[in-house]
Amino acid sequence: MLERTGVPTPDHVKSATPSEQRLKQGGVAIIECFQEIPCNPCSKICPRDAILPMEDINEKPRIDFDKCNGCAICVSGCPGLAIFVVDGSYSEEEALVKLPWEFIPVPKKGDVVKTLNRAGEEIGKGRVVNVQDSKIFDRTRIIHLAVPHDQMMEVRSIDRRSING
Amino acid sequence: MINTQIAIVGGGPAGLVAALTAAELGAKVVLIEQDSALGGQLVKQTHMFFGSEKQYAGKRGVDIGLMLVDKVMKDENIEVLLDATAMGYYPDGVLGVNQLEKFIKIKPEKLVVATGASEKTIAFPNNDLPGVYGAGAVQTLMNVSGVKPGNKVLMVGAGNIGLIVSYQLMQAGVEVVAIVEGSPNIGGYLVHASKVRRMGVPILTSHTIVEALGETEVTGAVIAKMDENWNIIEGSETTYEVDTICLAVGLSPLTELVSQSGAKITYIGELSGYIPIHNEELETTVDNVYVAGDIAGVEEASSAMVEGKLAGAKAALDLGIKQETAKRIINEAHEELAQLRNGPVGERIREGIRKLGEVR
Repeated sequence: MLERTGVPTPDHVKSATPSEQRLKQGGVAIIECFQEIPCNPCSKICPRDAILPMEDINEKPRIDFDKCNGCAICVSGCPGLAIFVVDGSYSEEEALVKLPWEFIPVPKKGDVVKTLNRAGEEIGKGRVVNVQDSKIFDRTRIIHLAVPHDQMMEVRSIDRRSING
Repeated sequence: MINTQIAIVGGGPAGLVAALTAAELGAKVVLIEQDSALGGQLVKQTHMFFGSEKQYAGKRGVDIGLMLVDKVMKDENIEVLLDATAMGYYPDGVLGVNQLEKFIKIKPEKLVVATGASEKTIAFPNNDLPGVYGAGAVQTLMNVSGVKPGNKVLMVGAGNIGLIVSYQLMQAGVEVVAIVEGSPNIGGYLVHASKVRRMGVPILTSHTIVEALGETEVTGAVIAKMDENWNIIEGSETTYEVDTICLAVGLSPLTELVSQSGAKITYIGELSGYIPIHNEELETTVDNVYVAGDIAGVEEASSAMVEGKLAGAKAALDLGIKQETAKRIINEAHEELAQLRNGPVGERIREGIRKLGEVR
């Protein structure tokens, strides 16, 4: 369980997951922050106010999935790197996962990399379709990975050794 | 003899903010730092800070440090003494400082001690082998000097420091084979744990290091599982081939100076050990001596900065400077501290502060 291993449980993940219908509609932020800690930048950074204001900075973040358009600003703005964007509308065969990346090498558009789940286990391959980087991201790049639909709620990292530096 | 209104010992997050707050109110400040640069632990913190915007949340610690240091260096009310170690504070109100073997006497009207904390260690066979490091040393090597401490590391301790330094080691291209933690639960923020775990680093709770292996340097580490009474379960030993063992097993407040000054010290486990007895406005039991930051009880750097603000404003208030503004800043600082400590992760600190109130 999470407190012992660092791996969020299926129940945790479920609590952060929007409806099937919403997942199919387009990009949406998945906030995997399951502990009350004193931290509120996500609730301040969202340009659409989809991440709701916090009365107490120790509250867990809450999101209005209908307001969120999956822009991923919060992915680089979360100090805990606990926010991901998934987009089930990407294509017939593939869904998109946008994840924060603060390592070298940085994968390039077109690279095929090994994908890891929340436990760091290899679960398949993903194709890098975009790497977002700008000054406002402050060195937390956002990698856009195309993965099989049934893995968009599983893929959460990349095996660094599979990136061609 | 240097005469000043406020002397501040320690140029880390608490001391920097204390100096800026007091100087902004108009006080003349001398800031004394033992190292050859200001910033304290902030200079090594490459991760984004938590908290709220009032504590610069979302910015990286190193950038917060650079911003604060820049402000301090430009402030005409602040005189900075680098490479300067405060040696003692005496009943006549004189602070003795050794700066590069030159003895300087400073007579401040108020003294803020923000000396921080030092790392704890743990006992295990061969813990004196080269290759066994404190997490602070590993961070300094990597993030300040640009030197890799090793190639394969076992991390001991899954508090925020152990988790963050593991992540930073991976960023530096060092392999972290595992993080072992004696407690049954991860002590640091779970988001930090999740971000190292999804990179493939196992976090082994209820585990401890049994011994370091090697003749002249670390070549391996033996770990084992522990039962609920913290006894090693025989036969559960695992050996890792590593060249570095990194210890992140907690911090102890650095109380030598404040203790020498005559301040009463008490032991409060929740605040990380022996701390100077102080009130809510950070006044110690010695007249004109205040504390701020980890020395007053080990917390996050965000809280240290707010305590710096509180101590700086309180010292200025007690000097009779801009009373109304100083009082407003003190109230703001109290509110910020209450917010930072309000949740479940602040429970231990709240309990420590409650116990401190009883001792007082």
